[in-house]
Amino acid sequence: MEKKDGCVKPSKGVIQTEETKSAAEPVQNGKETQKMLAKVGKPAPDFELSAFFEGGFKNVRLSDHKGKWIVVCFYPGDFTFV
Amino acid sequence: MGVEVVAISTDSRFSHKIWQEEELSKMVDGGVPFPLLSDAGGRVGTVYGVYDEDAGVDIRGRFIIDPDFNIRAMEVLTPEVGRNVSELIRQVKAFQHVVETGEVTPSGWQPGKPTLTPGPDLAGKVWKEWKPEMAFD
Repeated sequence: MEKKDGCVKPSKGVIQTEETKSAAEPVQNGKETQKMLAKVGKPAPDFELSAFFEGGFKNVRLSDHKGKWIVVCFYPGDFTFV
Repeated sequence: MGVEVVAISTDSRFSHKIWQEEELSKMVDGGVPFPLLSDAGGRVGTVYGVYDEDAGVDIRGRFIIDPDFNIRAMEVLTPEVGRNVSELIRQVKAFQHVVETGEVTPSGWQPGKPTLTPGPDLAGKVWKEWKPEMAFD
């Protein structure tokens, strides 16, 4: 059962596969740093994030849409102007 | 077209809720019909190359992903300039067409305009099939 929603809701963020793990930069200061992995013609980096949709909060994983055409749009912020 | 859309910013899901209910629903009846995702800390934006570390936000980037989960197209803009949704739709239709038919779509292609079929017979003969003015609407 999913935990009751609270002030903070963890999500998996970027979901590493063996392929993307090897592309992460070497460990620096004990912390693994990420670099850009998205390239045209290459597999989309998978992720899971918390979301607002259809009146409620839920976590959305990109690969749940595998098998369909997907458009991912990043934008700078809610209530911005453009 | 059968396309799933997800929108992502670094805002919290609570901010997304209020934005949808207070503003977006006044632009689009019933609000936008896709989920608004919260990329706190820009973890996902970083691997997609759109996270601006100085500002702490994901800038305007959009990615077309095919049913095999490969990225087909990307466009990244600094925040001041909005997107061209017609061009996004045109690209999705073009990618869907080439996947279905094996044809290729020349510059300026729109649904209904001629496509090209690559092969030895076409090499050096594209000028017969395609004129520069066809690159424009």
